[in-house]
Amino acid sequence: MLPTDNIRAILVDDEDLARALLREYLASTAGIEIIAECSDGFSAVKTIGELQPDLVFLDVQMPKLSGFEVLELIGREIAVIFVTAHDSYAMKAFDAHAVDYLLKPFSKERFDLALDRARLRIRSATGAAPTPDPAALSAAARAPREFAQRIVVKDGAKVTIIPVDKLDYVEAQDDYIALHSQKRSYLKQQTISSLENILDPERFVRIHRSCIVNLERVAKIEPYTKDSRLAMLNDGTQLPVSRSGYARLTDLLESR
Amino acid sequence: MHPLFASARRLGLYILVWQLPTALTSYLLFVAARITPWEALALCAPLCFPYAIVCLTPWYISRVIPLRRGSALKVIVQHLLASAVAAFFWTRLAYFLARLLNGWHRGFFDRVSPHLPFFFGVGMLLYLLAVALHYTYLEIVAARESARLEHEARVLARDAELRALKAQINPHFLFNCLNSISALTSIDPAQARDMCIRLSGFLRNTLRLGEKTTIPFSDEIDLVRTYFDVEQVRFGSRLRVEQNIEPACGRCGVPPLLLQPLVENAVKHGVASLAGGGFIRIRAWLINDLLRVVVENEFDPENPEPRRGGLGLANVRNRIRTRHGNRGHMNVTVAGTLHRVELLLPCETVPEAHAAH
Repeated sequence: MLPTDNIRAILVDDEDLARALLREYLASTAGIEIIAECSDGFSAVKTIGELQPDLVFLDVQMPKLSGFEVLELIGREIAVIFVTAHDSYAMKAFDAHAVDYLLKPFSKERFDLALDRARLRIRSATGAAPTPDPAALSAAARAPREFAQRIVVKDGAKVTIIPVDKLDYVEAQDDYIALHSQKRSYLKQQTISSLENILDPERFVRIHRSCIVNLERVAKIEPYTKDSRLAMLNDGTQLPVSRSGYARLTDLLESR
Repeated sequence: MHPLFASARRLGLYILVWQLPTALTSYLLFVAARITPWEALALCAPLCFPYAIVCLTPWYISRVIPLRRGSALKVIVQHLLASAVAAFFWTRLAYFLARLLNGWHRGFFDRVSPHLPFFFGVGMLLYLLAVALHYTYLEIVAARESARLEHEARVLARDAELRALKAQINPHFLFNCLNSISALTSIDPAQARDMCIRLSGFLRNTLRLGEKTTIPFSDEIDLVRTYFDVEQVRFGSRLRVEQNIEPACGRCGVPPLLLQPLVENAVKHGVASLAGGGFIRIRAWLINDLLRVVVENEFDPENPEPRRGGLGLANVRNRIRTRHGNRGHMNVTVAGTLHRVELLLPCETVPEAHAAH
């Protein structure tokens, strides 16, 4: 990982020809070696986790996991260049954060420019330049009124996909959130607020500073102390409800 | 301007209809006042003629206070008042005429005058009847107008939809193709050229067929083939296409680019979602006069739900509905990893055009 070494790159694209083009462009570039190629999101997350590359060329639409989801699951010290045919909303969000994005088809000159930016990022990364939280970045890339259908979680090399219907509740634990689904819990490095932003507010309520609940799981709400209440879920779990959380909950239930 | 004055025929008919109340009032007066029929007619005919014109005035009032807006009470009170005023003056006119006729036949006024107040009641009834008829007429006109507008809107919507469909060459598909060509130029120039030719063929066919309202099913299938030719270069062995088209289907007329969104979805949400690729199977056959088309593809149910896929399908469904009404159907089923769209269309034969190349 020393800046004087070769930059170790991984290519992720489900189309053979698209990878072939990246390979060809990189062949005439000194100082970069391709250490792996992946053709779907799952294997990308696994390979990136194992090999810890400096740079990833990432397609957006891929089998199993999208490029955004891959971005969410890999460490933030890895530089990412998006390579996609889609110039829609995502691009604006990444303009500021991702190292670069390349719109297919792209020229060698444009490609070299992206590489220059990546080199800069990788060199300054040793000086701990602030990089955006990947989860927040992924949330920003979502169009307004379009909510997450599923949440991806990585545990070691294993990637779990939790459809939001199966998500019971979420608790904040320091820098992590614990996602509870079907009697199991999954830890993910993300803030509860950024998760709240991507969940459908008609179905998920922030009932407490540290808690989001799936409305369909709430069985009843009982008084607890003067200012707080307890939400009982269908499976018997008890969750704290703050005063403002209770207001949000009743607003939502009345508007239904 | 009252619509009755628009044509002499209508006005003549209206005057003819008024002979009925004239005859009726004359008869009643003849029976009640014991005067001769001629005397009764002499009073009633000049009386009814101006009233026929008075009974056209609700046209203006009913347009100022339409039935749908405004309260029912207000409408009723206004027209009752108007009818009372009209009937009052009509009765006064009856008295006046009876006095005039008294100079012709002595004692006429004395015989008739006790019965004249009944003109007030009859006058109100006639006037209110006219009001009712006017409102009925206005409603019929409004209903016709709204039906016409609805029809116009439907035609406009269909035009707009067709234009949108023609412009529906998916830009991401194009950019990905161009990227493939860009990759091939150095790896395999001959194949790059081949890809250019395939892509041009597909684009040309799309533009050519999109302009028509009906094309033979064989042309649509040819278009789908050229599309798969292009996608085959992008996806290689990941894309496996099976086609089973009964030759007799080729002559059925179908709207252009009806299958195109279905096969594009099958590639985008099917083959492209599977790391190892998958198959797309297209079958078409005739059952009596019905064309049955089935497009099936494998897909990964774990993949995020398609964001736009629903729009393409809804478009196809709408087009079938506007064209065939209840005689055409589209059915979408998902079983395990198999996505299946089934179309059932009445087959109206058209001459098979030359093959699209």
